[in-house]
Amino acid sequence: MKKPDKQVCTIYRGTPASPGVVIGKVFLLNRESIEVVQETVPKAEVKNEVSRFKRALHDSKEEVVKIREKVAKRIDPDHAKIFDAQIMIIGDDFINDAVIKRIKRDRNNAEFVYRKVIDRSIKTLSSSKDEYLKERIMDINAVANRLIYNLLGIKRLTLESIDSPVILVARSLSPGDVVHMKKESILAFATDMGGGTSHVALLAKSMGIPAVVGLKNFFDQAQDKQSIVLDGMKGEVVICPDERTLKEYEKRRKHILQKTEELSQLKLLPAETQDGKKIELSANIELPSDTDSALEYGAEGVGLFRTEYLYIARSDFPTEEEQHQAYQEVAEKVHPKSVILRTFDLGGDKFDEHARGVYEANPFLGWRAIRACLDLPEMFKVQLRAMLRASDKKNIKIMFPMISEVGELQKAKAILNEAKDELRAKGVPFDQNVPVGIMVEIPSAALVGDALAKNCDFFSIGTNDLIQYTLAVDRGNEKIAHLYQGFHPAVLKLIKQSIDAAHRNGIWVGLCGEMAADPLATMLLVGLGVDELSTSAMAIPEIKKIIRSMKLEEAKIHAQEVLKLSSVDEIEKFLSEDYVKRFGKDNKSRPV
Amino acid sequence: MVEREIQVTNKLGLHARPAAMLVQTASKFKSEIRLKKDDVEANAKSILSVMMLAAEAGSLVTIKAEGEDEQQAVETLTKMFEEKFGEE
Repeated sequence: MKKPDKQVCTIYRGTPASPGVVIGKVFLLNRESIEVVQETVPKAEVKNEVSRFKRALHDSKEEVVKIREKVAKRIDPDHAKIFDAQIMIIGDDFINDAVIKRIKRDRNNAEFVYRKVIDRSIKTLSSSKDEYLKERIMDINAVANRLIYNLLGIKRLTLESIDSPVILVARSLSPGDVVHMKKESILAFATDMGGGTSHVALLAKSMGIPAVVGLKNFFDQAQDKQSIVLDGMKGEVVICPDERTLKEYEKRRKHILQKTEELSQLKLLPAETQDGKKIELSANIELPSDTDSALEYGAEGVGLFRTEYLYIARSDFPTEEEQHQAYQEVAEKVHPKSVILRTFDLGGDKFDEHARGVYEANPFLGWRAIRACLDLPEMFKVQLRAMLRASDKKNIKIMFPMISEVGELQKAKAILNEAKDELRAKGVPFDQNVPVGIMVEIPSAALVGDALAKNCDFFSIGTNDLIQYTLAVDRGNEKIAHLYQGFHPAVLKLIKQSIDAAHRNGIWVGLCGEMAADPLATMLLVGLGVDELSTSAMAIPEIKKIIRSMKLEEAKIHAQEVLKLSSVDEIEKFLSEDYVKRFGKDNKSRPV
Repeated sequence: MVEREIQVTNKLGLHARPAAMLVQTASKFKSEIRLKKDDVEANAKSILSVMMLAAEAGSLVTIKAEGEDEQQAVETLTKMFEEKFGEE
């Protein structure tokens, strides 16, 4: 392809693999174009050809074993396992024997035969529907390339030898390549192939090297030593020969750094509006180990501990003791702040068919969360006892998911009381008045909010499911994902009703879905009256900054304005215009 | 020959890591071991062959072993499937 001398700024979109914004000069890694030619081996040489192949196998294996050791030492032993598959592919006698047989039969050169045999495997894998398996093609190719280089005696450019700071651009990179990168010289990298869950992405993230993958046709467009901008958060690469544009990106990069700095200074300040309304800003966590980073980002406690991940992380039910330790660990870490333990929300997409026992046509409308727990009271009690036992320091709250009406809540509370009786009988200490709340995530719960509020101590609005159930949209379905609209007036109405019902009955109300992390929604939610927002840890500083910049009184007016609007488009337009007015366009970092 | 049908239950299916575990274990047995899914057969001692089965979560796989330790081979591999290769 011809490369024009003069270009306007061109943005190439790929898949974000590792975050960070970098400006630098391209280093084109041109090595993928190795053509393997078919040659006929003289009869007398066939034996040599076979041993040449075996030697290359041996050398390649040694190289990968070395890389594996390096990763185990430099990164961590878990990441080193990535290379086990490569070592096994090299040692795959089913493949290697087939290659040797064909070298002997067809008298072709080893690299040609190996490439041919491997390509057949790759073809089968690429027709698989399974994305995960498809990505393993990268591992197989990495092995094939290494072996062929060894057969041809070509010295591969290892990335260690690059020593001026560059942005590496390649058609594809192997995990082994990434391991060899020195952070000082490789500022970032961009590849045409690969996905966000590939081993390459995983390693880049843990080594802190920004990266964009899956750019498809960037390699052919990029020129050596050309200045480009790489945004690993957005998954974008920008070709920008123009000095002025470059300067603008440099400004943006500095701005982002400065902003990160600024947000980290917010850590110790409360999430309080200028007229003194304090919002509790807490974090959603999945495993006890998430707690540290939540506190690091300035979380005021844990607003949602998705306890089912204790199950998902190991795929059988953790014992009472194991659960107790997990809950205790989080409670101790956040003390004197508190943690909301949500009982198992299994089912939907979080319970495989095997474990569920029966096939369900509509798992999201099926046997999940509190429904499953009420049917399995003994299992449920194990979890409740484990939670109660961790409540001794009075900083634990228990929350039931997927409650649709009062009867269900009463049944769940009855089982909780049985668990309390059992502990009392044994003389085990626990918080006798442990607060009990519910997730408001089924529209019916929002509609009978008063009745529910009279029977519990708090609400937490789960917007993810509330949106899905209100709008009848499965957000995992690409075809209709655009219809999954948090700012739908019906959703906002249900949120408002839930908040009002809670306050009418003297209980507090939080919100723990992804909407809590959306900067466009913050003022609206505060204006509607939420007392608590629970988000992913990373979103906390940004949301805190917004809360600290507003007055409760103006948020209330803002919310009233929004509620008057009748379409999603109008609401979104109003919210983003209002946001830009307050914070400027530059500052807008709404997650997409 | 011993045969047993089993369902793949770990969420990600027989991807690289479980395939590697399976091949490592299968290679310890003297018997010839094959895995069959639909009409495709794989050599259980070959990582590429096993990966090419592309056995996703929920698919049914038949383990076939023939040789002096066939019974034990099938039982050991069945157990690995049942324990989901230590995954979710």
